[in-house]
Amino acid sequence: MADHLLEVRNLSVTFHTVRGPVHAVRNVSWHLDRGEVLAILGESGSGKSVSASAIMDLIDCPPGQITSGELLFEGRDLLKMGREERRDINGKRIAMIFQDPLSHLNPVYTVGWQIEETMVIHGTPRARARAETLALLAKVGIPNPGQSAHKYPHQFSGGQRQRLMIAMALALRPDILIADEPTTALDVTVQAQILDLLEKLQAETGMGLLLITHDLGVVAEVADRVVVMNGGEIVEQGSAAQVYANPQHPYTARLIAAAPGKGEMPPDRAPAPPLLAVSGLCKRYGEFTALEGADFALAEGETLAIVGESGSGKSTLAKCLLRLDEPTGGQALYKGADLFRLSPKDLFRMRRDIQMVFQDPTQSLNPRMSVYDLISEAWVIHPEILPRAQWKARAAGLLAQVGLLPEHMHRYAHQFSGGQRQRIAIARALALEPRVIICDEAVSALDVSIQAQVIELLADLRRRFGLSYIFIAHDLPVVRDFADRVIVMQGGRIVEQGSVRQIFDAPRETYTKNLLAASLDPDPAVQAARREARHAAKVPA
Amino acid sequence: MRKFLTRRAVASAVSLLVLIVMVFFLSRLTGDPTQLYLPVDASLEARENFRNLHGLNDPLIVQFGRYVGDLLTLDFGDSIRKSRPALDVVIEAFKWTLTLALITMVLVSFAAIVFGALAAFNVGGVFDRIATFFSLIGASAPDFWIAIVAIVLFSVNLGWLPTSGTGTLWHWILPIAVLFIRPFGLILQVVRGSMITALSSPYVKTARAKGVRPRPVIFVHALRNGMLPVITVIGDQAAGMLNGAVVVESIFGFPGVGKLMIDSILQRDFAVVLAAIMVTAFAIFLMNILIDIAYAVLDPRIRY
Amino acid sequence: MADIAPVTPAEKGRLRSVLAMLWADKPAFVAAIFLCVVLVCALIGPALLDAVATKQNLRGRNAPPFDLSKGWLLILGGDALGRPLLARIIVAAQNTIAIAAGAVVASMIVGSALGLVAGYSRGRWAQIIPRLADVIMSFPSLLLAVIVLYMLEPSAANIILVLAITRIPVYLRTTRAEVLEVRERMFVQAARVMGASDARIVFRHILPVVLPTLLTIATLDFAFVMLAESSLSFLGIGIQAPEVTWGLMVAQGRPYLTSAWWLSFWPGLAIILTTLSLNLLSNWLRVALDPQQRWRLEMGGRKNG
Repeated sequence: MADHLLEVRNLSVTFHTVRGPVHAVRNVSWHLDRGEVLAILGESGSGKSVSASAIMDLIDCPPGQITSGELLFEGRDLLKMGREERRDINGKRIAMIFQDPLSHLNPVYTVGWQIEETMVIHGTPRARARAETLALLAKVGIPNPGQSAHKYPHQFSGGQRQRLMIAMALALRPDILIADEPTTALDVTVQAQILDLLEKLQAETGMGLLLITHDLGVVAEVADRVVVMNGGEIVEQGSAAQVYANPQHPYTARLIAAAPGKGEMPPDRAPAPPLLAVSGLCKRYGEFTALEGADFALAEGETLAIVGESGSGKSTLAKCLLRLDEPTGGQALYKGADLFRLSPKDLFRMRRDIQMVFQDPTQSLNPRMSVYDLISEAWVIHPEILPRAQWKARAAGLLAQVGLLPEHMHRYAHQFSGGQRQRIAIARALALEPRVIICDEAVSALDVSIQAQVIELLADLRRRFGLSYIFIAHDLPVVRDFADRVIVMQGGRIVEQGSVRQIFDAPRETYTKNLLAASLDPDPAVQAARREARHAAKVPA
Repeated sequence: MRKFLTRRAVASAVSLLVLIVMVFFLSRLTGDPTQLYLPVDASLEARENFRNLHGLNDPLIVQFGRYVGDLLTLDFGDSIRKSRPALDVVIEAFKWTLTLALITMVLVSFAAIVFGALAAFNVGGVFDRIATFFSLIGASAPDFWIAIVAIVLFSVNLGWLPTSGTGTLWHWILPIAVLFIRPFGLILQVVRGSMITALSSPYVKTARAKGVRPRPVIFVHALRNGMLPVITVIGDQAAGMLNGAVVVESIFGFPGVGKLMIDSILQRDFAVVLAAIMVTAFAIFLMNILIDIAYAVLDPRIRY
Repeated sequence: MADIAPVTPAEKGRLRSVLAMLWADKPAFVAAIFLCVVLVCALIGPALLDAVATKQNLRGRNAPPFDLSKGWLLILGGDALGRPLLARIIVAAQNTIAIAAGAVVASMIVGSALGLVAGYSRGRWAQIIPRLADVIMSFPSLLLAVIVLYMLEPSAANIILVLAITRIPVYLRTTRAEVLEVRERMFVQAARVMGASDARIVFRHILPVVLPTLLTIATLDFAFVMLAESSLSFLGIGIQAPEVTWGLMVAQGRPYLTSAWWLSFWPGLAIILTTLSLNLLSNWLRVALDPQQRWRLEMGGRKNG
């Protein structure tokens, strides 16, 4: 059965760490054919990228070691080839693109040079490589190829950088393209464009595309077949539609169940007096307007989502409300006082009421403080909350409330997993007994199953303490499940606001519609239908 | 770029001014200048004449104005020892120091970068261990001690190389070798650390996925990124060599600025001391600008 | 699934875990022991051996090393006046270490304080202070030290002052750069959201993050300052006899190089070993004080211990 373009047989890879050997993947087997899209789906730590690294000879030995298996490319085992021969295949027959193109492009060379290099090292004369580079740039949709070739990676936007990576990978028309989380760091509309581009190029060249992702939506959109990995093993594989509709393994079923955006949307709430009323909020940095004329209100116990792509001003808005940044104009009435004109003393008191949970808990928790120090700092700063004698007990209580154990108190943040860290951050915010919590992309950095748990925790706290949330996110399905009302922002302005049902079922503005259309549904059937509709719309034009 | 150069020039002008004020007031307030300029056994009459001649009886502020005025016309006074303009004496010596520093720094940079990069490519390997060991020892060695041990060994016991002075190419070997050791150790350490970071960076992964061979991966992809912190240390070391070759120069009787300084201090040739400081400060100023330009050349993200 | 408590050992006693981490890095362990010995010599050496070290002994003039017939004190030989070199090196440790320590502590305190202000405040000082570092950096430092010490008298205090001033920019720039970065980190923002005062943010959140870098630099700088002081003393404008430092001892042995190499060799070796130890310890500190890297030493220690 050597007919497959690429076949991985019984691959096992071990990494030797000081904590002992770690089996990154065990007995993994899959195959990829010409013209096919295979997705490897898994959460962080599942080993989904390891087989790709093995194929590209990117596993350093030591610490990594391929303990068993074969990597058959056109029937020949890559592992039995010499270094030199494998380098000839890399970039020419099999190419790879990565997540986070900014750090994967060399910052000190022009993008033109980097694309040329792929061709030059595989024997294309420099002059021809130069000409082809320009053609490639045009093909992947980079404006002004002649000038762009002389620019450096930092001078491009995130989506353009991924296009550059694609141009570099496809320079020699490889038989296989491996894409490792190619759209994870991108906005949804940009993600849609990149996936579209990949699909188009694949149709053109007939290459096999191996897509490594954590996102069920991406799988639904592009994959023919899917391999689901968990804990270094393949738990299930099959056609994308079949695996989604009828998952065989409990892990797959759980993963699909955890995908947000399928639940019942909350009913519209009866109008309530606002707890926080913002009007005319603007923020300028010199010439640049980050935020303009934002008006909205937050009611007691309500969850208000603010969605938008990068640069839409949603984080600036949070920073202004918290006075981490001074707004240029406008007012925000909270309990009758304008947040933007508080005296230092009143501002200090207000800090207790409005708290924040940040995107990346790794960075928002001081690495040199124990969990107890992190939580009790609230009471050091605001001693009137709690007498010192009760700190230990309350900290233990808060940890229990967020689903951790009291004995975790003496550990440091780096000893916890991502989801646990975010729980600690939430416990810290709760220590001040706030009325409002602003969550700035608080679940974006987490795996889907962890994300669902943290959202569940936030919802639970809302029920128990009547908290109000301002929930900033770029991920629409999460918002759909969790929020009561939604504000859509673009370029520093609020383009639309309304209840979740209004926004998701009957969006009025084009931008909102585009945003919803670009957002991927985990169900391949739904995505297929949408694609159909898109193509149908395109053809007459 | 112009704004940056202006800022740099202003900072340097300020520091030169501070330097001038410091040197002036230190030399005037810590004692009678006649004691500084004239031999210890000069007569009272000679001292009085000296005072009148140089206007030392005028108010301090007048003296300071005159002093600065002279400096602006590049008049540092005459060397008592050599009866020539002090600036000429210093510039002559500076040429020697500059040559010595230049040769040494080129050798050091090249050797440290190549060995450091190779050590980083094979962390924990035999070559890495040897390179790390020797660089640590090199970075810890006092140059004056190395110099005299080298003289005893190579000049006195083995008789291979001249002990001091200039004249033949052989005379350059020991000073360069001794000056080489410490910067080599220090720079190698920085190159190694910085290259380890660069070699584990994502863009190196991309290069390997493209099929780039190991040598270009190290020397084309990683090295240019890893050079930025290295440039800073090279600059520091070069600056140290421009003014700090004092010890090595005086041990090897090498006629550079360092030796001139010490000799002038011992022989109370104060005008030369002052001129030497000014010239060195100016050279360091120029070098710092070169370093900043090197940054911008190496890293397109840096624009002034 | 991944949301289960990781198994991490309970925190051991602080001192014990530090020692275990030190043991994991053998060269650093040896270096630390050597530095302790030097420190003990510096602290109690002069009190114990001052009389021996200054007693001239014509029969021991330039006595060769490794000759036990004249007593164990002359094991490293005697100097030009017959004073035992071993005793003199031990006594000289005090001045050598004290001057270097004084300069390092002074420059670190002043430099990092200025750096904190320059990095944290957004006012005028944030502009002015970095320029100060530029000014000092553009001085030819060793030449300057030479001339200042020539015009002032070369006492220990003046040497410390001169060396400290030339080293201030190192701490100032590092601290400022780190503070500028740490100030924007999310945990600092989180503290501000909680209402923490500036003092609390600086001392509780920023300083602990910056301090390891400063300590690492200080260890390295200690070696640098020691070498600089030795150079000055060697040139005759540092510490003056009858006070003694290792650098001065090397200088005093120089006229006898051809006949009695050991006069300069041993004090030079003392300098090398001390600076080498400081370098090794500094490398270890860099790993040990970094929470993300510390596990290397913690795990290594258990395996070996």
